[in-house]
Amino acid sequence: MRKRLSIYLMCGPETPALAEAAVAGGADLLELGFPFSDPLADGPVIRRAAERALAQGMRTAACLDCLAQVRSRVEVPLVPMTYASLLEAHGWDAFARDAEARGATSLIVADLPVDERPELRRVQLVAPTSTDERLRLAAGSTDGWLYLVTLTGTTGPRADLSPALAGLVERARAVTGLPLLAGFGISTPEQARAAAGLADGIVVGSRAVEIAEEGPDALSRYVASLRQAIDA
Amino acid sequence: MSSGLYGAYGGRYVPETLIPALDELEQGWQDALADEAYAAELAHLASTYAGRPTPLTAAERFAPGKRLYLKREDLLYTGAHKLNNALGQAVLARRLGKGRIVAETGAGQHGVATATVCARFGLECVVYMGSEDMRRQRPNVERMGLLGAEVRPVEFGTKTLKEATSEAIRDWITNVETTHYLIGSCVGPHPYPQIVRELQAVIGREAREQMLELEGRLPEAVVACVGGGSNAIGIFAGFVDDPDVQLIGVEAAGAASLGSGRPGVLHGARSPVLSDEDGQIADAHSISAGLDYPGVGPEHAALRDSGRARYLGATDEEALASFRRLARTEGLLPALEPAHALARVEGLDAELILVCLSGRGDKDLAEVMSLTTGSPP
Repeated sequence: MRKRLSIYLMCGPETPALAEAAVAGGADLLELGFPFSDPLADGPVIRRAAERALAQGMRTAACLDCLAQVRSRVEVPLVPMTYASLLEAHGWDAFARDAEARGATSLIVADLPVDERPELRRVQLVAPTSTDERLRLAAGSTDGWLYLVTLTGTTGPRADLSPALAGLVERARAVTGLPLLAGFGISTPEQARAAAGLADGIVVGSRAVEIAEEGPDALSRYVASLRQAIDA
Repeated sequence: MSSGLYGAYGGRYVPETLIPALDELEQGWQDALADEAYAAELAHLASTYAGRPTPLTAAERFAPGKRLYLKREDLLYTGAHKLNNALGQAVLARRLGKGRIVAETGAGQHGVATATVCARFGLECVVYMGSEDMRRQRPNVERMGLLGAEVRPVEFGTKTLKEATSEAIRDWITNVETTHYLIGSCVGPHPYPQIVRELQAVIGREAREQMLELEGRLPEAVVACVGGGSNAIGIFAGFVDDPDVQLIGVEAAGAASLGSGRPGVLHGARSPVLSDEDGQIADAHSISAGLDYPGVGPEHAALRDSGRARYLGATDEEALASFRRLARTEGLLPALEPAHALARVEGLDAELILVCLSGRGDKDLAEVMSLTTGSPP
C-alpha cells in the first residue's frame, strides 16, 4: 500500500498557495497549524512560525478562512492542528463544527490526551511513553489514523530518526489495524524512508515550515524528495 | 486515580508523552501520603533545616482598630513559603528515583528554593528563567549558581515566568524518564495542584493552632496574595472547613486571572487565565514578579465560584504603600507579593485578621528604591 505523506503548514496569507504546492509535490494529507501563544509540544521552528502568524493576525477566524481557501484549492484531507486553549475559547463543539464546515477532515489537539474531552472527534497522538493500555484507548477513539510521536520531546528536526519508533510501531500494531503515521523529528528523505519502512506513513512539520519560507516551488521540490524517498 | 477536577477546572491538558509520568507521580504521591516515613522526614526537615514552625506576629501599629496577625513565612529559610513545596517535592522525586530536577522561576524565589533542596539532596538542577527576569533579579540568579543549579535563559515571547514555565514543561517532555518537574505553584496538570496544596497546607495548620493559642478563637478573615496561589491555598487549607472564617485572596490588579480572566487552558490545566477572545494568552503586568502570571490554580477558581473564598485586587501603588507602611510601623520588610494582601486589610469587615506574610522583601529592594527615588520616604 502507498505510504502516506502528511505535511504540516502554519496558517498564514501564503498558505493556500503553499498547500497547493505541497500536494503537487506528493502530499496525501495536510495539517494546518492554528497558532497558539504558548505551544507546549512545539520546538523552536514552529514556535517562531506561530509567533509570526499571530503577529500577522492569524487568529481563529482568520485560520478558519485560511482552511476554507485551502479546501477550495486541494482535494486531500485537511486536519487543523492546534491547542486546547483555542477550542476552549471558541467553544469545543463550535470549533469542530466550524472547522468541518470549512472543509476540515478531522482535528489534532496537541495538548488534549485521550482521556480529556473524549466526545471531541480527533486524531489521537501516542508516544513512546504511552502504556499498552493507553495505546488501546487512543486507537479505540482516534479518527481514522493514529499519530505516533516518534520521540519524547517537542517538534523539530533531529540528526537521527528516533530509535523508539520501531518499538512504538510494533506495540501499536498489536492493538489496531488503523494506519499509523509517524511524526516529530523527521526532516530528511533518509529519515522519511526509514520511518515509512516501519509505519504506514509520515508527518513532516518543522522542516516543511522552514522550506515554505522559500516559497511554493521550493516546498514542492522538498515534498517531492520525501515522496520519492518513501515510495522507493 | 482521582479526576483532578475542581468543579469545572483542573485536569490534564498536556501532550500524551507526559501522561504516564503524571500517573507515576500521582501513584508515588499517594504512596508517600500513606507512608508515615514521608511525613516524618518532612517534619524533620521542617524543624531542623527550614525553620518551622514560623511564628505569628501581632502587627498592632500597622492596622490600628484591627487585631492583625502575620503568619511569618518570610522567616522560613530562603525567605519565602516556596521552600515548603520544594522540600516536599524533592523528597518525592528521590522516592520516584528521579535524579534530575527542572523548575521554572519568575522572581527567582522558587528557583532559589529548588536549587537549595537539590543541593541538599544531591540532585541535578536546571532552572528556566525568562531573560528579562534574569536581568531584573540578578542576585537570585547568582544565588542559584552558587547552589550548583544551571539557570537557562528563556528568550521567547515575554521572556518572563509564562515562557519559563512552558520551557520547563518542554524540558520535562524531553527528559521525562529521568526528570522530575518541580512546579512552584498550585497550577499545572493534575496531580500538581493537589501536591502543592498539601505541601503548603502546613502554613494553615500551624496558623490555626497558633491563632487558637494566642486568641482563643479563629480569625474572622484570612488574607493572602494570589499569583498562581500557593501560599493562599496553603493558608486557606487550615480554615476552609470553618465556615465562619472569611477567605480572601488578593491579586495584582494587572494580573487578576480570577478577577478579570476567562476560562482557558494554560500549562496543563483548565482555569481562569488572562487571554483574548481567541484563547491567546495575554501578558500580565505587576510590580511584583511573583504575581506576574496570567494563570491561577484551579482550586482557587472553584473556591471563587462556590463563594467560599473572595478575590480582590490591589494596584502596584497600593502594594508599595503597604510595603512602606509595614516597614515603618512594624520593622518588617515584606515581599511585594504579600504587600498586596496587606493593602486590603484596612477595608475588611473583620476585626481579627490573619495575613500570610509569604516572603521577605530583600529581593524587592532595588525595585522599590528605583520607584521611590526623588520622593521623600
